[in-house]
Amino acid sequence: MSTLPPLPAASDSKEAERLPERPRGRAAARLLPPTRLTGPIPWVIAILIALVVIAAAGGLALRNLATSANAGLSRAVSVQVIEPNPDLRAARGAAAVKVLTAIEGVQAVRLVPEAELTAMLEPWLGEGAASGDVPIPALIDVELTGRAGPAEIARIETALAAEVPGARVDAQGDWLRPVQDALTALQYLAFGLIALVALATAAAVWLSARNAFAAARETVEIMHLLGASQRQIASVFLRDVVREAAFGAVVGGLAGVGAVWLLGRQFAALDSGMVSGGGLMLTDWLAIAAIPLAGVLLALATARITIALALRDMP
Amino acid sequence: MSDRLEGHVKFDNVGLRYGTDPEVLSNLSFTLFPGSFYFLTGASGAGKTSLLKMLYLAQRPSRGAIRMFGQDLVTMPQSRLPELRRRLGVVFQNFRLVPYLTAFDNVALPLRLAGTEEKKVVKAVGDMLDWVGLSHRAHAVPPTLSGGEQQRVAIARAVIARPKMLIADEPTGNVDPDMAQKLLRLFEALNHRVGTTVVVATHDVHLLKKVPDSLIMRLHKGQLSDPTGALRYPPRDSGVSGSGAGSVSGSGAGSA
Repeated sequence: MSTLPPLPAASDSKEAERLPERPRGRAAARLLPPTRLTGPIPWVIAILIALVVIAAAGGLALRNLATSANAGLSRAVSVQVIEPNPDLRAARGAAAVKVLTAIEGVQAVRLVPEAELTAMLEPWLGEGAASGDVPIPALIDVELTGRAGPAEIARIETALAAEVPGARVDAQGDWLRPVQDALTALQYLAFGLIALVALATAAAVWLSARNAFAAARETVEIMHLLGASQRQIASVFLRDVVREAAFGAVVGGLAGVGAVWLLGRQFAALDSGMVSGGGLMLTDWLAIAAIPLAGVLLALATARITIALALRDMP
Repeated sequence: MSDRLEGHVKFDNVGLRYGTDPEVLSNLSFTLFPGSFYFLTGASGAGKTSLLKMLYLAQRPSRGAIRMFGQDLVTMPQSRLPELRRRLGVVFQNFRLVPYLTAFDNVALPLRLAGTEEKKVVKAVGDMLDWVGLSHRAHAVPPTLSGGEQQRVAIARAVIARPKMLIADEPTGNVDPDMAQKLLRLFEALNHRVGTTVVVATHDVHLLKKVPDSLIMRLHKGQLSDPTGALRYPPRDSGVSGSGAGSVSGSGAGSA
């Protein structure tokens, strides 16, 4: 034990004193205790990511639904001709169609056939809808070239007033305004939920990084006193944080997408015209696919800040 | 100015207090020169460990100035301290080995932190473990090693990167007299063959006589005294210091 061995090549030289960016490969693997994905944090992250995916999918579907409904109805106008006498009603309906067709800015006019109206009302009125005992107004669907605003409605009413007095003109969008307001509120709720879950994810990662740091404090102090830079120490911790976050993100992302797909199938089975407008587009799926990645980046940033703050207390 | 002239370490009127407590170290002024062998003595609670902590950069002073390897430690940004720490080898009183790493990996830590190529690490650590007589225990983890074996692993880790200065806190406190003697020979070998400055804190007065060229700094109630003339300034040419490299200068305000 009295004869010193030859000098290691990199020691006692400038090379040994310079600070490498971070330990790599096996060297990094040997600096901190080997960790396994046994703690609750990867699963907590998985649950949170799944919730974000579901909330985001819901928010995007509601946005699509609102956009689709708005696009379909914003240019649509309904004209009702209320007349108990069926013959007179048919004549006044035809007159209204003639007037409407001549109005500038009207793209299409369709007199809804009586059979279609009867079928539409049958669920509410039963067979009585077809009996003729209940007077059903003539209904005309009008599609404008532009948005059906109050001015357009007033113009149509004025044009109809002479030929078809008493005809009732409504912008179809007005009927859906409360629904659209509700959809907008639900969208805000979904995005608020995403923000809250993102905060919860950051908090979970912060706790995880802080606990991991506290558990390895003795080792970190030893590394610190042996000349490890803050960046080296942080990078070793970040490696584990990224691993745990990536695991949680993949599991949570798959679970969330699976849940969204199942929900989509359930809603598709309703075969409702309105619900079908709430389908997800390719860009929506891409945005959803980016959520797990964003989760990992959020975890990385949170852990980096947490560890930097903890290391700041060391001399 | 070179280290030879200025010294590896220069303390100028340094004081240290923890929080708002009274100073545990006061008015320390001394210079440690390259290639010298120092003993730091004093009773328990005299402040040896606190002084060593400042030497191995685990503690900044509350007041005064410290220069190490020509650089001002007080104003140095935290991000540059690791560079200096890599020039130091430290044997902690309680070894501070990483419990889940093998003896091999513990000794390899300084080289891996320095980014040394793994092939070179394997060779250097193998040689070093051979040097301290622990080749056969290379894959044992610290809890399974005896106190003396842990001590030798700690020493191997401290010297593997050939530090400019080796700081040891009570390195013989946990080993039998024979092992203590061997460890001292090991430090001397490092001091003579590599030129490493060695600072050994001990309360064992018998140890002081076993390294003939050594210089002694004595701490008493947080102040340095100068039993061997080691802290006298200008340094005397002969006498206790013995070796040319062993000139130590200082003006310990606490000099008795």
